[in-house]
Amino acid sequence: MIEFDDVTFAYSGAEPTLRDVSFTVADGDLCVVVGLTGTGKSTLLGLVNGLVPHFTGGRLTGRVRVAGRSTHHERPRDLADLVGYVGQNPLHGFVTDRVEDEIAYGMEQLGLPPATMRKRVEETLDLMNIVALRDRPLADLSGGQQQRVAIASVLAAQPRILVLDEPTSALDPNAAADVLAAITTLVHEVGLTVVLAEHRLERVLHYADTVAWVRTDGTVEYGRPGDVLAGCDVVPPLAELARALRWPGVPTSVRDARRLVQCDAITVSAPPPKALPTAPVGLSVRGLTVDYGRLRAVDGVSLDFAAGTTTGLMGRNGAGKSSLLWAVQGGVPSTGEVDAAGVDPRRLRPADARRAVALVPQTASDLLYLPTVSAELARADAESSAAPGTALGQLRLLGADLPLDADPHDLSEGQRLALVLAIQLTASPSVVCLDEPTRGLDYDMKHRLRDIVAQLVAAGQTVIISTHDVEFAAAATDRLVVMADGEIIADGPTRQVATSSPSFAPQVSKVFAPVPVLTAAEASR
Amino acid sequence: MSARPPRPRQAHPWAWWGWALAVAGASSFGTNPLLSVLLGLAVTAVVVARRTDDPWARSVGAYFALAGIVLAIRVVFAAVAGAGVGSTVLFTLPHLEFPEWAAGIRLGGPVTAEPLAYTAYDSLRLGLMLLCLGAANALANPKRALKSVPGALYEASVAVVIALSVAPQLVESTQRIRRAQRLRGGAPRGWRAVSAVVLPVLADAVDRSLGLAAGMEARGFARTRVATRPSSAATIALLGAMLLATFGGFLLLAASGTQERAAAAACLVVGAAGVAVGLRAAGRRLRVTRYRPDPWTPRDTALVGGGVLAFGTAALLGSTLWPAAYATMHPSTDPLVWPQLHPAMALILVGALVPLAVTSAPTAAGRP
Repeated sequence: MIEFDDVTFAYSGAEPTLRDVSFTVADGDLCVVVGLTGTGKSTLLGLVNGLVPHFTGGRLTGRVRVAGRSTHHERPRDLADLVGYVGQNPLHGFVTDRVEDEIAYGMEQLGLPPATMRKRVEETLDLMNIVALRDRPLADLSGGQQQRVAIASVLAAQPRILVLDEPTSALDPNAAADVLAAITTLVHEVGLTVVLAEHRLERVLHYADTVAWVRTDGTVEYGRPGDVLAGCDVVPPLAELARALRWPGVPTSVRDARRLVQCDAITVSAPPPKALPTAPVGLSVRGLTVDYGRLRAVDGVSLDFAAGTTTGLMGRNGAGKSSLLWAVQGGVPSTGEVDAAGVDPRRLRPADARRAVALVPQTASDLLYLPTVSAELARADAESSAAPGTALGQLRLLGADLPLDADPHDLSEGQRLALVLAIQLTASPSVVCLDEPTRGLDYDMKHRLRDIVAQLVAAGQTVIISTHDVEFAAAATDRLVVMADGEIIADGPTRQVATSSPSFAPQVSKVFAPVPVLTAAEASR
Repeated sequence: MSARPPRPRQAHPWAWWGWALAVAGASSFGTNPLLSVLLGLAVTAVVVARRTDDPWARSVGAYFALAGIVLAIRVVFAAVAGAGVGSTVLFTLPHLEFPEWAAGIRLGGPVTAEPLAYTAYDSLRLGLMLLCLGAANALANPKRALKSVPGALYEASVAVVIALSVAPQLVESTQRIRRAQRLRGGAPRGWRAVSAVVLPVLADAVDRSLGLAAGMEARGFARTRVATRPSSAATIALLGAMLLATFGGFLLLAASGTQERAAAAACLVVGAAGVAVGLRAAGRRLRVTRYRPDPWTPRDTALVGGGVLAFGTAALLGSTLWPAAYATMHPSTDPLVWPQLHPAMALILVGALVPLAVTSAPTAAGRP
């Protein structure tokens, strides 16, 4: 269905992003594209419908053919009836403002007769289970709903291939499962060929027929998931487990792994439970309430965070996690009491508030506006009235060696996060809040982030991380707080909270349930 | 008709615009304050009964406020600066006489009823026109209205629709970025503040537009466009027709004699016909189809008909052909008399209230 024939591609004036790529995705397969951040996964996806190079520019040699049609001769718009493409942020790709119109938009461009469009819109609404949303404005939808509308809007043109660029990266675990279930329905019931890129492989691996691994040198290895992942630099939890237990292949689902465990009669024991320290208290909130107009985002939350611990905040999109972090820092108005080591950051000037509580927001790049990394670091020193070089030292301490003359906007997601974190840590705050830091990070970077968090905690700082990533939360936090509708619905040691519900349980704990182990490292002892 | 809509459809957006503009036009033929107030009440009644709770429908309050402000400002100015005409003194303001070199300007003094009434009548008429514009905005979704433009203007209408969504997006990213930069210890000042906010906002906007462009390209935008360029003769003919229509319209407004008017009207008609033919031909070069276009039903004709009825009646009453009616349409303010209503004015009100009879209230969910 999709043929890559000796494809080499380079953006203008750069080293090849992909080189000597040859593989064929069979009709009806679900192919997952994996690779470290910045290796050209999106480029590979763009090649399928010709957005690369027709839209992006660059030099392509070799041939890409989809269903026998060459992307060399046909523009992406000419392939619109064959390949449906959903970009990383569906909201950016919406052309109209209402769900129904958005679904019809692609068909209008194809010039389909109104009666056909009418019928297909109804069918597509049913297929993606979004009939109830048909009259809603697109901007009012939640992330999961937007993603499903985006998929529906390309499906209506009845393509035979669906290309999805990280469809679940912004979604909470349940919404992500929802979207992925819809995608597998399309593969199994409708017979679509699907190519999708994904960072959190644990979510999609058991649906995948094949995996295309983009190596850092631009070559691509293509094959069955178990075979490719055994040697891959992208290590999802089950692959980590397979390596720790020296299994020859990688089980692709929790079920396969459980069978292997039973087969080999592996027994594991959970580490002894460790009491969470409760003193000294690094941050204390009492009756914290945040209102946006009539919407109550945080509803009278009272919590104590001990210094030298890491707390994970989990919960649905819109549960109030970000609002809680922003309120504690003083960025959004709130009522109630906040006490960060004796001061209330909300009553301080911004320059003093960041010495008490530092926050790295979801879009970390919003903080960066200077042309080079070194200028940003120098500015950070000035802002915190620290000795020149403090921010640079902080950056080195985080293990990030960034090119100092680079433009911050050209850095990778992980490098930008490290830079912003270094800037915020220059003020040596006692409380550090990270809002969705793992978005767009590969496993390697998440390990690094985990080490950084461990460093901060060892230095006695209080760390609070809001995240959707159950694997990261299980590995990096001591305590989990689960929020829903602005209230706290679960609070306890990570081991206990994470293993007590399937939506927050990491894969390794599902493999060994009911024994509460969380990571592959614990299982291999 | 294969696709019978399952729920009550709202009237065609252009029908609402037609009705509202016709009523606004009707109000321009006279200054009778009773008529203006009654028409204002009629338009308000239609808006209240027929608007949805969509974002664009909430703007009508702003138009009300604007009309009120216009009225208030003009009346206050007339009271302070317009004294000296008329004999019915209402009250006397403190008097301020400017020196010789600013002769003619006098502030305060006795406030008389005649100029006040004149200004109030005129402002009521202006306020009513503003209200009609607000009503059209509240009753017809501007984006839906743009969906029903001729095919040749399709791409232009897409551009306008996208532009309409840019402003709220820019506001949103500016707020987000300013909030984020507070985290670095207070907003930067001076020139640095500009670059600190503008650069990330621009980067954001560029990201968005690249995403949108890629999405539109991948979904086949403009793929049915005929690749050959239109012949230059056709382009010149279209431009010529447009010029002719513009010239005709201009002449029609400026001309006084009957013959000149006839010539102007002929120019206008020929030019407009040429433009229509040209747009049709250009529209055929792009074969996009429309999903559930708003159909033009007899109800929409009735809606516009109501507006035309109001406009026509007002034009007749306000013309010098019918002196008795003309007098009631322009009540005298000097000497000041209580304005009278003419029985035929009822027709104007009926025309303005036609929407209540021919359209249905929005559904319970409040969405069309």
